[in-house]
Amino acid sequence: MQSPYSGTAVYRNARIVDPSRGVDEIGTLFVVDGKIAAAGARALNQGAPEGADVRDCTGLTIVPGLVDTRVFIGEPGGEHRETIASASAAAAAGGVTSLVMMPDTDPVIDDVALVEFVLRTARETAKTRIFPAAAITKGLKGSEMTEIGILLDAGAVMFTDGRQTIANAAVMRNAMRYARDFGAVIAHETQDANLSDGGVMNEGLFASWLGFSGIPREAELLPLERDLRLAALTGANYHAAKISTAMSADVIRAARDRGLAVSAGVSINHLSLNETDIGEYRTFFKLSPPLRHEDDRRAMVEALKDGTIDVIVSSHDPQDVDTKRLPFSESADGAVGVETMLSAGLRLVHNGDVSLSRLIEAMSTAPAKLIGIEAGTLAPGAAADFAIVDLDMPWVLDAEALHSRSKNTAFDGARFSGRVTETVVAGNRVYSA
Amino acid sequence: MSAEPAFPIFPHRHLLGIAGLSYPDIETLLDRADTDVDVSRQREKKKSVLRGRTQINLFFEASTRTQASFELAGKRLGADVMNMSVASSSVKKGETLIDTAMTLNAMRPDILIIRHAAAGAAALLARKVGCSVINAGDGAHEHPTQALLDALTIRRAKGSIGGLTVAICGDILHSRVARSNIILLNTMGARVRVVGPSTLMPAAIEQMGAEVFTSMKDGLKDADVVMMLRLQRERMAQALVPSVREYFRHYGLDAAKLALAKPDALVMHPGPMNRGVEIASEIADGPQSVIEEQVEMGVAVRMAIIEALLDARKNEAD
Repeated sequence: MQSPYSGTAVYRNARIVDPSRGVDEIGTLFVVDGKIAAAGARALNQGAPEGADVRDCTGLTIVPGLVDTRVFIGEPGGEHRETIASASAAAAAGGVTSLVMMPDTDPVIDDVALVEFVLRTARETAKTRIFPAAAITKGLKGSEMTEIGILLDAGAVMFTDGRQTIANAAVMRNAMRYARDFGAVIAHETQDANLSDGGVMNEGLFASWLGFSGIPREAELLPLERDLRLAALTGANYHAAKISTAMSADVIRAARDRGLAVSAGVSINHLSLNETDIGEYRTFFKLSPPLRHEDDRRAMVEALKDGTIDVIVSSHDPQDVDTKRLPFSESADGAVGVETMLSAGLRLVHNGDVSLSRLIEAMSTAPAKLIGIEAGTLAPGAAADFAIVDLDMPWVLDAEALHSRSKNTAFDGARFSGRVTETVVAGNRVYSA
Repeated sequence: MSAEPAFPIFPHRHLLGIAGLSYPDIETLLDRADTDVDVSRQREKKKSVLRGRTQINLFFEASTRTQASFELAGKRLGADVMNMSVASSSVKKGETLIDTAMTLNAMRPDILIIRHAAAGAAALLARKVGCSVINAGDGAHEHPTQALLDALTIRRAKGSIGGLTVAICGDILHSRVARSNIILLNTMGARVRVVGPSTLMPAAIEQMGAEVFTSMKDGLKDADVVMMLRLQRERMAQALVPSVREYFRHYGLDAAKLALAKPDALVMHPGPMNRGVEIASEIADGPQSVIEEQVEMGVAVRMAIIEALLDARKNEAD
């Protein structure tokens, strides 16, 4: 990452959307030496200072840079799929200025040396801020706890076993208890390995016609309910990383009503797509958790609206042709998404499901708060991490034009309204359309 | 050339499943197959319509019976037939289905017959090659030629399919035969029942166009056709059914259960049979069984579909 830009920049006549301060108004963004000096209608009433770089942003919107808390990267061990540098280029093109890298690498990020490797590589090669998440259990094997205290000190921002679900309730309980003492976030994707065994897509009529065993919704729900009970028992800072079903949203809502301080995330895919997108065995729509029924997608949108879901993630998961050009049941799960997350999210804004401010809150302000980083805001003094967006620009996604090394997007050929035109990190322009 | 009745052009490039076929599509295929039964019963069992055409049988799952049936069908039409049992060769060296398909495609076959353990494999192949593809069974998805041969067997025995009550019994969950038959029989106007323990039913089966029964007593009552499905022994290990003994007692077709169906009910099985598991020997070999006839109809139906897909009139229209 470059060092902060020194100098003064003024972005005039932009729609400034800053959910951290409840701001949504036409105004000016004023950046000095890589930090926000002021943002809003009343910023810079006296006019721009001498020598400032003044930009007219009429018709454009400025939002805090997005914070994506669930990104899978292939470095180390799978650099042919994605490197930290290529992931950050993709992030920049999507308006994402901070991302949390999952520990599912080879070797696994379960040791200080790996955390340091990620931070060093990011410093040297990345355009955006990269924060490593460390494994909860060594080797993601679900049995021995990692050195949570030391990993936190080294710079890990959350603890997660990535794609894996910790099956052993005692291990989970102890990890939650121990992490709580350090104030560490435990983020968990839940899928019962036995209930989902053999399943490749959502259980139901569509899977039955395609000839597949399904993954029942209960496979996600049962370990999630267990975790919520353990969170109550331990007082852990628990984050349900990627829920996909109406029932999951219901149990989180109920846990909150009981006073439990837990949070939840959803992937942009589960807000945008449903199982029928798989069509005739299209492997780019094979995800984990699987794409669900339209009723579940609607429930995810409702849960986003009512605040049950705090955070939207891309769940960016690069896979190359070796793992995707296979029969559906044999192909790998996952889709890239960091670059399209905002455009896909804007569909929900354009069709009236959520406000722009709510969307940006869930993609920027709330995830920054979840992992405790200073981002997700345009408040004076904050780092000048932001995206300039043309909310209505029509465009068609061409997978080959993606910055990611892997092209396994679930949105190839998708028509979008709204696109990032410029991304700025610490005052430096890191992407411009 | 003998004077053949001119059948309507079959308006599909591939046969990937019964889904997508219309009532007239199926009727026409069965009419064609009827004439091919006659060919197969002649001393000179050979037509020359496909002389110079190449058929490749690409079997990723071993299946002696289906492969032999497709091979005979192609040969009786005059095509050159090559068998590739990939189960034992290049797949083990890491070659993917698509790589294999591209290699075979370069050999310029006119038709590829594929059997694969993964649902959707035939559709995937069809997108990558330049010739017609017939699905000879893909995972638990479809096995369209089996459903067509079952239909031909029923039609020849009963005159027509519409209005009949057909009970499909056993492991519906893992059966591509059941899925193809449910679609075909509904298209042809039959009443379809599925009978078996709930653990062997797919999710949402009640929305798939069949009445669902968990007891043979209710499911077989007054049925015109009883179709038994094979039970793989591994289902016990998966805790789907407890034992062969219990399965046979409750779901195996024996004389007492068959007596509940109509007296002239047909007994069918796609083979290979597990005698004493899903069907009693005396029934399999009994007077109501048309299991051997199904095998004979298999060759005729496969001749009909290969010929329909490679119909020379379609190429002229291209």
